[in-house]
Amino acid sequence: MYTTELQKQAGVTTAEPAELLAAFEARVAADEFIEPKDWMPDAYRRTLVRQMSQHAHSEVVGMLPEGNWITRAPSLRRKAVLLAKVQDEGGHALYLYSATETLGTSREEMIDALHSGRAKYSTIFNYPTLTWADIGAIGWLVDGAAIMNQVPLQRTSYGPYARAMVRICKEESFHQRQGYEIMMALAVGTPEQKRMAQDALNRWWWPSLMMFGPPDDNSPNSAQSMRWRIKRDTNDQLRQKFVDVTVPQAEAIGLSVPDPDLKWHEDTGHYTFGAIDWEEFYAVVRGEGPVARERMQARRKAWDDGAWVRDAATAHAEKRSRRQAA
Amino acid sequence: MSQQWPLWEVFIRTKGGLSHRHVGSVHAADPDMAIRHARDTYTRRMEGVSLWVVPSAAITASDPAQAGPLFEPAADKVYRHPTFYTVPDHIKHI
Ligand SMILES: [Fe+2]
Ligand SMILES: [Fe+2]
Repeated sequence: MYTTELQKQAGVTTAEPAELLAAFEARVAADEFIEPKDWMPDAYRRTLVRQMSQHAHSEVVGMLPEGNWITRAPSLRRKAVLLAKVQDEGGHALYLYSATETLGTSREEMIDALHSGRAKYSTIFNYPTLTWADIGAIGWLVDGAAIMNQVPLQRTSYGPYARAMVRICKEESFHQRQGYEIMMALAVGTPEQKRMAQDALNRWWWPSLMMFGPPDDNSPNSAQSMRWRIKRDTNDQLRQKFVDVTVPQAEAIGLSVPDPDLKWHEDTGHYTFGAIDWEEFYAVVRGEGPVARERMQARRKAWDDGAWVRDAATAHAEKRSRRQAA
Repeated sequence: MSQQWPLWEVFIRTKGGLSHRHVGSVHAADPDMAIRHARDTYTRRMEGVSLWVVPSAAITASDPAQAGPLFEPAADKVYRHPTFYTVPDHIKHI
């Protein structure tokens, strides 16, 4: 998800031809798609590169908290499912990186920005996965929140991004369902298993709500992104939708959402919910999440350990093309 | 020495009888690896029966700024479509 703006927008350039800008704005306002070779304002390009690469990074880092449970999943079925889910997340990252490359940035630059700590990724992955129930909670809540966010992005104004989102959305729904199924199984299990499920919900609920990003009145770039149809719904709108659909899912399996202020309003058809601890959110954005350092170490190690494979493949390809030329 | 692998555009034939369609791109050192990466990235759910990979650098695209001169001349040539011609209702098989 990873689609939340986590960095401030760089200054808007003004030296762009007015008629090109006007034509661009008109196309976007008419819900046309912008394609890689089309003229686009610099700020639009930069916003997309930032948002899409953050999204890609989140898919990559998102493999870590779940990957570490694959060997410990409680049955062969659960192992196969989790493995497939984690592989999908890797695929999502690849769709998004290649879509971002159409904007003129390189894969290498993006990976380097992640590993050097310059680029952000979703704060949710800086929380640890302590028990098997966390894998259930992640699929149900984290992928659930991601879906909420990603579905409207299938109509985002940048064509390659929209097409990547179509593929991703198709694959996400099994992620959420397998997570909910894990929670369901635990909720009807032994008292200890049910406690485990409740504990996971307690720990993942608030971070999941934070996934939608800062509240609208504190989200300075939202308006521009909405105007450019990069975003199609505000952070608060999506968060509200998520709460409305998720609370009944928790109740249906006898779990309770850890929010004493949560209240259903028959007249509006919506829940109101308690205040979110934004201090915690910004601390995690700053890299102070419980396992932020571990995540980046794992990423860098994977990259460095794989260097010899990349180099060998390059050398092999070179040798082969030299032979073909000879 | 790590250098970036070149980019390949990926095309999938979703089933026999249909043409290959562009789905995205992958990085790979050589064509064989590009096919393998395309398979892992784009066909995890039986999306296709055949793959093409083409070096991205080999593709020449038309200039969007020239879309008008390129494509608009076709707009006023309605006589290229069968509906342009009126044939009485009682004439069959035409
Ligand atoms: Fe994903
Ligand atoms: Fe997912």
